[in-house]
Amino acid sequence: MRLQEPEDTVSFTFDGQSIRGVPGEPVAAALMAAGVKLVARSFKYHRPRGIMSAGSEEQNALVTVGRGAQAEPNVRATVLEVSAGLEVFSQNAWPSLKYDVMAVNDLMAPFLGAGFYYKTFMWPKAFWEKLYEPIIRRAAGLGGLSGQPNADRYEKAFAFCDVLIIGGGPAGLMAALTAGRAGADIILADEDTAMGGRLLREVEDIDGQPAADWVEEALVELRALPNVRLMTRTTVTGAYDQGTYGALERIAGPRHIDKPLECFWRVVAKRAILSAGALERPIAFPDNDRPGVMMASAVRSYVNRWGVAPGKTVAVFGNNDDAHRTAHDLAAAGITVAALIDSRPDIQAEGDFEVLSNATVTATKGRHALEGITVTQDGEAREIPVDCLAISGGWNPTVHLTCHMNGRPTWREDIASFVPTPDSIPGMVTAGACNGAFTTAACLKEGAEAAADVARGLGLKPKVTVPAADERAYKIAPLWAMPGKGRKWIDFQNDVHVKDINLAAQENFRSVEHMKRYTTQGMAPDQGKSSNVVALAVLADATGRGIPETGTTTFRPPFVPVSIAAMGAGSQGKGFAPERLTTSHHASVARGAPMIEAGLWYRPSYFPQQGETYWRQSCDREVGYVRNAVGVCDVSTLGKIDIQGPDAAALLDFVYVNMFSTLKQGRVRYGLMLREDGHVMDDGTTARLGPEHFVMTTTTAAAGQVMRHLEFALQVLRPDLDARIASVTEQWAQFAVAGPRSRALLNAVLDARLTDADWPFMACGDVAVAGVAGRLFRISFSGEHAYELAVPARYGASLFRLLTAQAETLGGGAYGMEALNVLRIEKGFITHAEIHGRVTAFDIGMDRMISRKKDCIGQTAAARSGLMSEEREQLVGLKPVGAVKQLTAGAYLFEPGAAAERINSQGYTTSEAYSPTLKTGLALGFLKRGRARHGEVIRMVDHLREIEAKVEVCDPVFFDPDGGRARG
Amino acid sequence: MRITCPNCGERDRREFYYQGDAVALARPASDAGPQAWDDYLHNRENPAGDTQDLWFHEAGCGAWIVVSRNTVTHAIDSTTLAATVKR
Repeated sequence: MRLQEPEDTVSFTFDGQSIRGVPGEPVAAALMAAGVKLVARSFKYHRPRGIMSAGSEEQNALVTVGRGAQAEPNVRATVLEVSAGLEVFSQNAWPSLKYDVMAVNDLMAPFLGAGFYYKTFMWPKAFWEKLYEPIIRRAAGLGGLSGQPNADRYEKAFAFCDVLIIGGGPAGLMAALTAGRAGADIILADEDTAMGGRLLREVEDIDGQPAADWVEEALVELRALPNVRLMTRTTVTGAYDQGTYGALERIAGPRHIDKPLECFWRVVAKRAILSAGALERPIAFPDNDRPGVMMASAVRSYVNRWGVAPGKTVAVFGNNDDAHRTAHDLAAAGITVAALIDSRPDIQAEGDFEVLSNATVTATKGRHALEGITVTQDGEAREIPVDCLAISGGWNPTVHLTCHMNGRPTWREDIASFVPTPDSIPGMVTAGACNGAFTTAACLKEGAEAAADVARGLGLKPKVTVPAADERAYKIAPLWAMPGKGRKWIDFQNDVHVKDINLAAQENFRSVEHMKRYTTQGMAPDQGKSSNVVALAVLADATGRGIPETGTTTFRPPFVPVSIAAMGAGSQGKGFAPERLTTSHHASVARGAPMIEAGLWYRPSYFPQQGETYWRQSCDREVGYVRNAVGVCDVSTLGKIDIQGPDAAALLDFVYVNMFSTLKQGRVRYGLMLREDGHVMDDGTTARLGPEHFVMTTTTAAAGQVMRHLEFALQVLRPDLDARIASVTEQWAQFAVAGPRSRALLNAVLDARLTDADWPFMACGDVAVAGVAGRLFRISFSGEHAYELAVPARYGASLFRLLTAQAETLGGGAYGMEALNVLRIEKGFITHAEIHGRVTAFDIGMDRMISRKKDCIGQTAAARSGLMSEEREQLVGLKPVGAVKQLTAGAYLFEPGAAAERINSQGYTTSEAYSPTLKTGLALGFLKRGRARHGEVIRMVDHLREIEAKVEVCDPVFFDPDGGRARG
Repeated sequence: MRITCPNCGERDRREFYYQGDAVALARPASDAGPQAWDDYLHNRENPAGDTQDLWFHEAGCGAWIVVSRNTVTHAIDSTTLAATVKR
């Protein structure tokens, strides 16, 4: 029922039923106005539940918004804003909210107490996987996911400020005014749709005017300050190291496919002021979960802020003076107050309603909605018919953020609550209700003073002026749980009641952390915001300890649930990783080449031609280009590191196992690089372009790692060396030109002719292509007479076109990664398939490359006897010699007679290819004592692909073993 | 987490690559013996308290940095360029 008819309403649906609401008000308020009491079924027992709170702490009213791929489960109806056409659905009920089949669980409740599944589903053991687990999984959870890709958009953003003020109630607003006037750069964040906190929800004055008017004046002033940023709908979710905070912003306005739903902020603040307020806690009495039982402060919120009456006849039950405000506000709004029930004796309360002191609520009735309560006073019980009961067990300061870095709150007896322990978060201070200051006057004062301290710390000169406000003290006598029969709910979201906690204590789960895990208390999406203190008070009572000795469980981020989609915003699909494209990319795609990922790079697999239906046809043809004519391949993805300085050669001697200081200018050398633990890190060639100038190439995969490694060697291990390095991978486009006709091709495109005398194998130097200065390296990864030609990247696309066109006139053409792989396997050249991190120079037969004339990274460790043992798995070639010709990579090697089991493994394969040159399948692999076993016939077994082949062990260099083709 | 790069100032930890204990600064001589090399390569303290480790400002200036921090409080006491550390 609405207290006043609103002017603008829109229509939305709840379980298909059309409801009218005011745009921007919580869906909970509109449901309440429409008289909807039953909004959800509880998690475990499927009990009927109604709206309990008026904020993000809501335990009961979780709903699903939208349908299909856009359905979002477990949205709190107290936070979700009304907009036209919004579709809202209840959860955890079938076939309907009113008639829910699973409500049978409630009848079984005596068997379903805390820990029931630990006890019940133990035996027979075989039943667990087949029977129990599927049943439990089906029954578990609240809302369901659509199973479709999320169609909604999310954002992430970063912000920086001097002071982050968390919570825009009286303390936060006063802090923002004080620090803002002093000139501090401020972000004021509040999770509500408007700043003001309780000031928008209470009937009281500040400086002689209604509190809401004072809020509006403060906001007008703050909006005019350029150094203040106001962020509503923004919940600060976590406090992290060095002043970093996470915050979740719900984007204002109707949900729309073209607009993000949420934005996850990372805020870096020099200082922070926590003014997050307090949360009201319930009282545990029998059947305190019926729809219509609400928090007393929430009742005031709906009446005072949203103009909605939660019931026609309302009773108020509390243990503190604050609850009395609810009775007064209801009466002032013209709603019948059946009784104000206070558990304390001798209370001071006057109003147009019955006041019962020293009285408690001991029972409730009504299945789908509250119909009446039983009040017990002086041993006498009487029934009062009501459709709403407002309850208050007192206030818990919102200390959560102060506990995110291991802080523990401190118990304060006078307010029967935990308050933040000072300095729990470096750089953060607390003010207002979250600090245990429960009057408006105290909140304003603490906010102003905290901000003044912070501003002074930033070198500013703040002035403190505090307006006059309500100073009525908050008095409370602790009341946690009623005695007597019936289930007295504590954690409404996870269906935990007093008896569960007593059972935990009885079964010796006495530690609060054990009790939590045994009962699931506080483990629901709300993380026990409202229920934890009540639960540990009950545990303290059951174990005969005080509350401070019992302690709290650990509050961890996030303060409210944060969707993974918001935290990972921008990282889906193409946003998952950057794409690195070579200069020949578009030409390759235009030729129909399927592109494959190599790290972040995309490289062509092969270049299909008309009539080719299978990749092997293209691949075999491209291998033929290189072996018989000339092939062109983009090799720009290999890492290129420019090394210069007087000690450049010394640096190379230190990072490579072999000598580079002896390399002559104009020459290239193959180098092997080890990790300090003696295993192979990477390999490649390095060219000496000048006396103090080298350019190193790395494998595509390890380019970043090698760059880091060189900087490490230079800065951490040998800062005495005078050398500098820079990555130039992106700056040069480089193409392999390989095959017997490669020189003919280059002579057709280079400005000066190449001669054998000037360009022997492993020569390098400057060349020019149509006037463009480039570099030429006579190196070969195919075993053929070959070159690599590099030009500045901006000429890469045109050079690729030129080279491929020339190659085609010479009977060759472009080749891709598949052919490149076949060519290198034929030659036994290794890649990271072989040097996979567990392999030593000895294993690949290169231990004799390790120079003893100098120190290098990995040299000492590589000499350990275990890394030089003949028993190690050594690089070998493998050829099929049986009926099965198909070899695979990743298969295991066994003795012919041995069972194909792990314990008998002799080694494994790492690479395989069909060699069109040798007309056979080939594989590289590692085999125990492999170098001594050439000629032996063993078994290759691929368990995964179910392939078994007889293979002959041979030298890994299958083709042109003396290397004459590359040198000639 | 924020780390102050001596060259670039305070930056988000996402700009940095974490290496491990700063023991890496004290590389033994080739002939220091197996125990010294075993300690250097493999054996690490796991302190609850002050520690020194190496970070690489990979998405920044490329400096290797020695970070002195506390594993319990996560406070960072100081950051120094590895190249300037006396050894």
